[in-house]
Amino acid sequence: MNSAVVRLDGVALDVGAQKVLRGISLAIPRGGFRWLLGPSGAGKTSLLRLLHLELRPSEGRLELLGRDVGAASRAALPQLRRRIGMVFQDFRLLPHLSAFDNVALPLRLAGRPEGQIQADVGEILAWVGLRARMHCHPAELSGGEQQRVAIARAVINRPDLLLADEPTGNLDDAQAQRLMLLLGELSRLGTTIVVATHNDTIVARHPAPSVRLAAGRLVSADA
Amino acid sequence: MRDEEAQRERAAARRARRLRPARSDDLGLRRGVARKLMPFMVAAMAFLASLALAGAIAAAAFSRQWQEGPAAALTVQVPDPAARATDAPQSRLDRVVALLRASPGIAHVDALSHAQIAKLLQPWLGSAATQGLALPAVVAVRAEGAGPPLAEVTAELRAAAPGTLVDSHGDWTRRIATLAHSIQALAWAMLALVTGVAAAVVTIATRAGLVQRRDAVLLVHGLGATDADIARRFAARATRLAFAGGLGGTAVALPVLAGLAALAAPLIGGIADPAAWMPALPRALWLGLAAIPLVCAALGFATAQVTVRAWLRPLP
Ligand SMILES: Nc1ncnc2c1ncn2[C@@H]1O[C@H](COP(=O)(O)OP(=O)(O)O)[C@@H](O)[C@H]1O
Ligand SMILES: [Mg+2]
Repeated sequence: MNSAVVRLDGVALDVGAQKVLRGISLAIPRGGFRWLLGPSGAGKTSLLRLLHLELRPSEGRLELLGRDVGAASRAALPQLRRRIGMVFQDFRLLPHLSAFDNVALPLRLAGRPEGQIQADVGEILAWVGLRARMHCHPAELSGGEQQRVAIARAVINRPDLLLADEPTGNLDDAQAQRLMLLLGELSRLGTTIVVATHNDTIVARHPAPSVRLAAGRLVSADA
Repeated sequence: MRDEEAQRERAAARRARRLRPARSDDLGLRRGVARKLMPFMVAAMAFLASLALAGAIAAAAFSRQWQEGPAAALTVQVPDPAARATDAPQSRLDRVVALLRASPGIAHVDALSHAQIAKLLQPWLGSAATQGLALPAVVAVRAEGAGPPLAEVTAELRAAAPGTLVDSHGDWTRRIATLAHSIQALAWAMLALVTGVAAAVVTIATRAGLVQRRDAVLLVHGLGATDADIARRFAARATRLAFAGGLGGTAVALPVLAGLAALAAPLIGGIADPAAWMPALPRALWLGLAAIPLVCAALGFATAQVTVRAWLRPLP
């Protein structure tokens, strides 16, 4: 249990005066896959933002990749963030960069050699079926294509922890299936994955342990 | 309607592709409004800095010129020079010259001959008038170091040759020195002011750039970019733009300074050569002017670094 990649202990989050999360305790082991479920406004996105180190807990203890985030210095967080991939609900692609350059961003930040970047980005874009569109800018891509670029960017540097916020929202059935295959593959390779969704069909088709929120509180958390 | 929109979108996309950023421009820094304005503002500040610097250096040269030139000189008038001195078997003039030569702080003593004085006065008095005139002797003295102890020397000379006048030009020197120092102080104040304004311009441009690219900055921060990574990109850009601005402003100032130098040359002891491509500017000014673009670049770098890091600090 000590090798948990994600561990929350009595975590609360206030945004302004609003108590967004309350008393969240859960642990996810290395390579674990969790659905993050709950109605709209339950706090799924907020929990993912905590795990992505965009926010710090107002209370409680948060441990990521074996590090106590509360005790870590601010300077230690970038190194941690580079090991965490995030698929944002609104994609957050940079509009002035091509699909290729958007996906290459994490590798360039990590200082990888350009030759390796060319190969890796080409490969991952082929995997999400966008190799032919890699020089397009986000404005020229459909919602589903943008989402696939966002997914490619999140997994390009083989993160230890992958977070996804409603990643199937703009995908058709076949694309959603492909995404689930990719996630299954990454999970087998040891990536810990948390996927927030309210798509019951896909959850039913891919049964996995789930964490359920309602009104900022933990309803249930499968081991 | 929709077609038109699609067309516009495609055109925008084509433009965007043409502008496809280089590797280092992940944040799209090349597209900022600040980019267009900032170098011109910095250029204006560099122009003013060039003038201020020239003012400071010219004032220094001017004041030095006066301290070594007329300032360092005394003029001693001895009436009735051929009469006998009161304290020695010599003429009053010889006695005055001897006393001056013996005094400390005096480099050179030069008694003007009667003919020389007559020649000096001729334009005013006419040659006939100077013939029979009882002219005083005039002794030109060059001081050295702190100069002679004026009060003592004057008393000594008057004892030997009553009626001797000592003119030390001291008042003028003091006034010129005060003027030069005021000009210098003003020039340094202006340099400080201009530096402050330039820093403010870079700060504002950098903050505008941060706000304009807020989403991109937050994204790369979330992807694990360090504050140093992000600050470096903004600072690299600000350094280049400020350097270009500094270079431009200094270049524009050059012909202005050359013109002023040509006018001022006789006053500060230089020689204006009308055939020269440019009048000789003092070496210190050349060095100062060369430093301005570098100082601008350093200012751009430091200001952008500080601004970006301060902006990022509240982020987790
Ligand atoms: N930045 C914020 N400012 C104010 N309220 C917020 C903010 N982020 C989240 N909330 C509130 O927290 C609650 C949970 O939101 P969210 O995490 O987006 O839920 P979900 O993703 O499950 O729909 C909502 O009531 C929302 O209004
Ligand atoms: Mg949400």
